[in-house]
Amino acid sequence: MAELLVELFSEEIPARMQAKAEADLRDALTKGLGEAGVEFGDVVARSGPRRLMVAISGLPEKSADVSEEKKGPKTDAPEKAIEGFLRGAGLSSIDQAEVRCDPKKGDFYVAVREIPGRPLEDIIAGLVPEIVRGFHWPKSMRWGRGELRWVRPLQRILCVFNGKTVEFEIDGLKSGYETEGHRVHGRGPFKVSSYAEYKETLQEKGYVAIAREDRRLLIEEQAQMVCAQAGLELVEDKGLLDEVTGLAEWPVVILGEMDPAFLSLPPEVVQLSMRTHQKYFAVRDPKTGELAPNFVVVANIEASDGGKAIAAGNSRVLSARLDDARFFWEQDKSTPLEKMAEKLATIDFKKELGTIADKVERVAALARELAPKVGADPDMAERAAQLAKADLVSGMVGEFPELQGVMGGYYAREQGETDAVATAIAEHYKPQGPSDAVPTEPVAIAVALADKLDTLVGFWAIDEKPTGSKDPFALRRAALGVVRIVLENEVRLRLLSTFQSTAEINLTHSSIEWFHSQEFVEASSFLPDLLEQLDKLKLYGVFGFLLRTDGRLQSGRSYLEDVVARRLEPDFDQQEKAEKDIEAALNQYVSITLNYKEAAEDPDASFVHGDEFDGEKTQVRTLLSSLNSDLLSFFADRLKQYLRDQGARHDLIDAVFALGEDDLVLMVKRVEALAAFLETEDGANLLAGYKRAANILKAEEKKDGAAVEGDVDTSLFEQDEERALHTAIETSVSRADAALEAEDFEAAMAALAELRGPVDAFFDGVTVNADDEKLRANRLRLLTSIRAALFRVADFSKIAG
Amino acid sequence: MTAPVAREKPASFQDLILRLQAYWAAQGCAILQPYDMEVGAGTLHPATVLRALGPKDWRAAYVQPSRRPADARYGENPNRLGHYYQYQVILKPNPADLQDLYLNSLYEIGIDPTVHDIRFVEDDWENPTVGAWGLGWEVWCDGMEVSQYTYFQQVGGLDVFPVSGELTYGLERLAMYVFGVDNVYNLPFNDPASQTPLSYGDVFLQNEIEQSALNFELADVEMLQTWFSGCEKQSTALREAGKPLPAYDYALKASHVFNLIDARGAISPTERQAFIARVRDLARGAAEKWAEQEAERAAV
Repeated sequence: MAELLVELFSEEIPARMQAKAEADLRDALTKGLGEAGVEFGDVVARSGPRRLMVAISGLPEKSADVSEEKKGPKTDAPEKAIEGFLRGAGLSSIDQAEVRCDPKKGDFYVAVREIPGRPLEDIIAGLVPEIVRGFHWPKSMRWGRGELRWVRPLQRILCVFNGKTVEFEIDGLKSGYETEGHRVHGRGPFKVSSYAEYKETLQEKGYVAIAREDRRLLIEEQAQMVCAQAGLELVEDKGLLDEVTGLAEWPVVILGEMDPAFLSLPPEVVQLSMRTHQKYFAVRDPKTGELAPNFVVVANIEASDGGKAIAAGNSRVLSARLDDARFFWEQDKSTPLEKMAEKLATIDFKKELGTIADKVERVAALARELAPKVGADPDMAERAAQLAKADLVSGMVGEFPELQGVMGGYYAREQGETDAVATAIAEHYKPQGPSDAVPTEPVAIAVALADKLDTLVGFWAIDEKPTGSKDPFALRRAALGVVRIVLENEVRLRLLSTFQSTAEINLTHSSIEWFHSQEFVEASSFLPDLLEQLDKLKLYGVFGFLLRTDGRLQSGRSYLEDVVARRLEPDFDQQEKAEKDIEAALNQYVSITLNYKEAAEDPDASFVHGDEFDGEKTQVRTLLSSLNSDLLSFFADRLKQYLRDQGARHDLIDAVFALGEDDLVLMVKRVEALAAFLETEDGANLLAGYKRAANILKAEEKKDGAAVEGDVDTSLFEQDEERALHTAIETSVSRADAALEAEDFEAAMAALAELRGPVDAFFDGVTVNADDEKLRANRLRLLTSIRAALFRVADFSKIAG
Repeated sequence: MTAPVAREKPASFQDLILRLQAYWAAQGCAILQPYDMEVGAGTLHPATVLRALGPKDWRAAYVQPSRRPADARYGENPNRLGHYYQYQVILKPNPADLQDLYLNSLYEIGIDPTVHDIRFVEDDWENPTVGAWGLGWEVWCDGMEVSQYTYFQQVGGLDVFPVSGELTYGLERLAMYVFGVDNVYNLPFNDPASQTPLSYGDVFLQNEIEQSALNFELADVEMLQTWFSGCEKQSTALREAGKPLPAYDYALKASHVFNLIDARGAISPTERQAFIARVRDLARGAAEKWAEQEAERAAV
């Protein structure tokens, strides 16, 4: 059996792209061979800073012969049809066709064509250029005068099959049998005729460790070793390890030193500076667990001075970096967070949602409101929220955006804020991913929740929701963050009313232009300006949402346009009338809009209690409820995702969600109780009983064309089973309700489980479809009461099985 | 191929520059003198950004002073300067062995490849102001970025063909590395053994101090804003008159004036975006016009 070796040798490939390209090349080659009908044995793929390589063994020298059949007309078909068949199949006489027999349709012709296998060289010479030309890189380029695109200039194509070069040319680059090694240690070029030779040559003469896994292990082991020798410990960093594996062909690990004075900087700063700018690993002192004044750098060379110059050079670069960081640290510390926060008024959070200062104001109000619910001090929650975003304008966060929040926490401590406030500032962006921890201190919980809820409600109001795979504002992450913070801290929160408060705060706490719109008021004397202003207002925040969705304003707008058009009519009377209509319409239109503003600015900010803006407030609540319930179902999806990851059944989540439950903690408790209940024999049987009742109801309601309604009439009971079921339902329901009141879902389930016997007995002994219409209707009502009883714990119709 | 060998270290900052000049001259580059305009980066010299456009071959190298008002530090920071030098090389089309040519230039200034760790680390360059981007690397020597290496793909928002290879050496940083100096002002500007040894500080420290005062305290923002509008007007008029080269000069002027306004911290982020967009329109407009005319000239 023969072997194919392909290597695409280029200038340095970005580290982050290598592993995927390696897999893509392997897949493209094996797929291409498969499609050409070629079977193969082992496949080896490798990649590194300058090369992608695939070796495939167990290949035949030519592809298998294939016989292809083409079905023709019946033997007694007209001459014309047979001629057409011969032409199509490329036969000169009908004698070349075979005759087959079909028991139903009779004899028919078949043209059999034997396609001889092709030499593998030919297949490869066609396949490799096609793969190279069509290869997908995240970013590719052209070079020189060429048209070919590759990630960086492609320098060599090695393509050897069965020990010989497979000849082809791509954009002027000829295939060959040579590869290159490390630039300094063993450049070559080296002639190779097999994978074994390739591997050995590069390893021994070329100083290239071709396998990612080998390089990774090499780096990890060496790094641990150099640290251990100095009595230190490597700070593991898998992402960085992956990256440096793609940056060196011949990794040599060196332990460097830095000025211990830099350790007075926050460890996050030191570590991030090392990692992002220099790709160094941090090192810690195992005795104290704190960072040591050292770093680990992975070089690509066995330096002739043993790495002294490299260590010294890297150390100097790091010092310059940390000097910069220290400059920011000192400078930032000299500016109080309040002072920094002032600048937030010049930075947009999102045009339609105001500046970051606007957001801060809303988050502070919301955090204050949430504080009692999470056991936090409202003043502290408000304070933390007011300072939480200030570090965005600090020098350090300008340099390291990843440190947002974290730096704010440090600066807060420096200026003497309480621990609770500093922690809340540091953690308010958390969790930033599924593996990130959630805040656990009450003040931090309040601020982290408020920040995310404000974002979510705001984006919902301006209709910027995630679609498909697109979620540019990471709203799914924000909602999942809320879910996790709530559940992992067992925070009791009614989501719908929380959304409502968040939306109301958005209405009342925005100082942005659209809200106190002087422009708007000034424009009201000139109609086209006014219409333009009204349209503009619709873009902004929750206020805009109300304007967009209030039907009165929708029709008001088209009415206005209508009258404006009439004003242009030639008839003077019409014109005059139109002017009057415009005035009236405008007054109404503007007054509704302004009432929103007034209502929102009402110092009591109470949308719940009635007062002079009652009408608008009711309207606000109604309009917002659609937004809130849409957002709630988005949360339900995140909850499903979260619980599914923990192994819960998503149909059970649906079944509980259908109850309108909006307290996540209770939702999960209900799901857990329901899951446990369905595992029991009573549960499973009751579910079966429910399904039977539901099916009968569905069928009968369809037949009657009307829903079954009304209370059960006990005087119409004829059989004991009916009476027993009715009594059982009443007893179970009252016991279940009491248990639910105490949030004891197991007990509620157990109470309802008592229904199993009476339900089974009812179905065994009673004919629902009685001839007597009155009996039938009453029995159907009894079935609805089963449904209603169970609806206390779940919508059983959503449960699978 | 034989293993590369480095030359002995240059004697001074200027010697390092002269070595680069001689080396790239030997590669057939026209050795140009600095452009007589304030620019924020050597790439903005028309010899690079405009010549990268159009079908004609081109090879040039030059030193370009770069002014970045916001980076000025009153001469107090050993690593940051408001005025510094870049060495710029452009080869169009890029030769196939450009990476080797580049590495040889490092050996030429005394960087020994058997002792130092030289790497090509992904860094895709872009300059939205002139609608340009390319793929390439930062070149690291022992963890320090010593050059930017780019294959231009677009300039002025237009695909380039042929593709140019562009190299930018940060001269002070490179020299600090070669001479093992931690403070830029201590670099030997000329030969320390010469009759009048001069350090980088002797030549530039006072300038850094005074220019910093201009950049952060004394620049007259109101006047600069008027200048900006004037440059904008002039550049637009020149472009419309079919004179992209001076139009581009005025775009550069506008860009520098904006950098001064920006360093004074006188504009909000929103205004800042608007200024950048205005400069971009000027620079792009000139570049597009130039490309169009170059193509016409090549076709004749």
